[in-house]
Amino acid sequence: MAESSARPSSPPEDPARVAEFEARIARGESIEPKDWMPERYRKQLVRMMSQHAHSEVVGMLPEGNWITRAPSLRRKMALIAKVQDEAGHGLYIYCGTETLGVDRHDLILQLLDGTAKYSSIFNYPTLTWADIGCIGWFVDGAAIVNQTMLAKASYGPYARAMVRICREENFHKRQGFEIMATLSAGTPAQRAMAQDAVNRWWWPSLMMFGPPDEASSNSDELMRWGVKRKSNDELRQRFVNLTVAQAKAIDLVLPDPALEFDETTENWKFGAIDWDEFWRVVKGDGPCNRDRIAARKKAHDDGAWVRAAASAYAAKQREVSSEAA
Amino acid sequence: MAPLFPYLLRLADDRLVLGHRLSEWCGHGPILEEDIALANISLDLIGEATLLLKLAGEIEGQGRSEDALAYFRDAIDYRNALFAELPRGDFAFTIVRQFLFSVFSLLQMEALTKSANADLAGIAAKAVKEARYHVRHCAQWVVTLGDGTEESHARAQTALDELWRYTGELVMADDVDRDVANAGLGVDPSTLASAWRAEVDRVLAEATLTVPQVTYMQRGGRDGKHTEHLGHLLSEMQIVARSHPEATW
Amino acid sequence: MTPPDDSQWPLWEVFLQPPKGEPHEHAGSLHAATAEQALQNARDVYSRRGEAVSIWVVPSASITASTPDDMGPFFDPGNDKAYRHPQFYKVPRGVRVF
Repeated sequence: MAESSARPSSPPEDPARVAEFEARIARGESIEPKDWMPERYRKQLVRMMSQHAHSEVVGMLPEGNWITRAPSLRRKMALIAKVQDEAGHGLYIYCGTETLGVDRHDLILQLLDGTAKYSSIFNYPTLTWADIGCIGWFVDGAAIVNQTMLAKASYGPYARAMVRICREENFHKRQGFEIMATLSAGTPAQRAMAQDAVNRWWWPSLMMFGPPDEASSNSDELMRWGVKRKSNDELRQRFVNLTVAQAKAIDLVLPDPALEFDETTENWKFGAIDWDEFWRVVKGDGPCNRDRIAARKKAHDDGAWVRAAASAYAAKQREVSSEAA
Repeated sequence: MAPLFPYLLRLADDRLVLGHRLSEWCGHGPILEEDIALANISLDLIGEATLLLKLAGEIEGQGRSEDALAYFRDAIDYRNALFAELPRGDFAFTIVRQFLFSVFSLLQMEALTKSANADLAGIAAKAVKEARYHVRHCAQWVVTLGDGTEESHARAQTALDELWRYTGELVMADDVDRDVANAGLGVDPSTLASAWRAEVDRVLAEATLTVPQVTYMQRGGRDGKHTEHLGHLLSEMQIVARSHPEATW
Repeated sequence: MTPPDDSQWPLWEVFLQPPKGEPHEHAGSLHAATAEQALQNARDVYSRRGEAVSIWVVPSASITASTPDDMGPFFDPGNDKAYRHPQFYKVPRGVRVF
């Protein structure tokens, strides 16, 4: 029996179907594109997945910034390959999002007009070569912690894209850590460069996991729907625990005097995050927000005639073959 | 003693400089799929250059590694054709240039698989496979742009008009080329000219593009007499390495 | 300003055959304007680490797919219909229907 609702939302969904949907997820079943799903689930996934894809693509820019200045041929090639992988990751996830009935063209326009978000970490500038190592170590490291969880996401196409991505991501993190190890063991100027990068990237990397659990609005629903399986704080703590040991191993200091090992919980306690900075950057006042979008907009606009040419050529080919038939 | 060292620098520098120009597209391509494709070609070229520079350093015998040669030579000592160092321009310029070079590279590398220098022959065998794919990819784009929209056709024609006067240097030979060819180590590029032209003409015709008339072919790169573009390219490329000359990366 | 008909090109599905005589497996999707372009893009996007000896590309619109209801109902209608349900027959790998 449909009841009229004051809210202009989608028609109320059969509670039995919703319950069975949630039971499927609780059983660990994979939700596939043509399965019945609550409209809100579909919308949340489109939002999460497209945001993730946007992040990969915007993430090409801070690292791409150093391709032409990479200081050795091998580092140059490794960096090009890494940035290329990120394009690929964006592509896999956009395609996964399209299974939910959206067009990539529309998703891109949402990014460019500011309606869609991307990971805020990419609003920070890469100022030295060491930043490249630091991004691989911290940012890819944080992404791996997040993505390992997502590889078990309830939505099949997302989970499958994540498995492919995780395989490639491990190489990136190792590369980054290896750059930092080399710098730390290098000349005094290289050591200073590495430590300076660590000082600038550590706190923003912790912010990558999002607001603290008590301030996180979407999380409960996303957890019930198997799209988010661990809380922001849990993932953030895991990342800290992994990274403290790594920093010690290469003799670099994480810029947090409050870091202290807790014997009972076996966690590394850490200092207060500046959430004002986090919200400021998310809302658009980070150092590079405008530049990142401007760069993506330019690429998109400059590329319009190229895309149009390929479409026109394809249309001509179809005419030719239908005439020949 | 055949001048294999300067000859190898020519091969390597063409690829390093072109690979570098291509890498400038990372994150700025017209569509995600093409960003990935251009990066692939860039990686292939820089990979070939790395192997060629390593071999060059060994032939020279003064202990210069591939990085020393790439990062610590001034523009005046680079031996790439002028063709490679021109700024990347728009997508039409990049892809027309890459097409013209790839056709040449394929012919050159096929011939070099017979080099009496086993290392060079080995590098060439790998490069042949890569060049074949580059030709396929870039020729497809040249035809697409030439026979796409009015705008893409105009841009492709403009690119061709700007590039053509630099293509002559690719197939020009001097004593360095002739000496290494006579020694069975290298290939005289002028012997590739007619095959290069035949393939290029074929694709340009399919693309409905017109081969420009040029009165004089620009040259000088093979002797280190470059355009002003190379200096800026190398400034950027070499800055970090040169700022820390004793460092390893 | 982007032209009103600007598109990211049609969607294609990519199938890769790994080296050891296994069947083609779905790898993902990509955008391309022509079949030749789809094939090249598939190599660059899904097989640049040499994962495949053969690549198939198919326009996504050309694929006819079953619905989940065809494969065994979302809500089990009752045991008396069990003998008609395809899920009781083990389907060999590679013959999966989407």
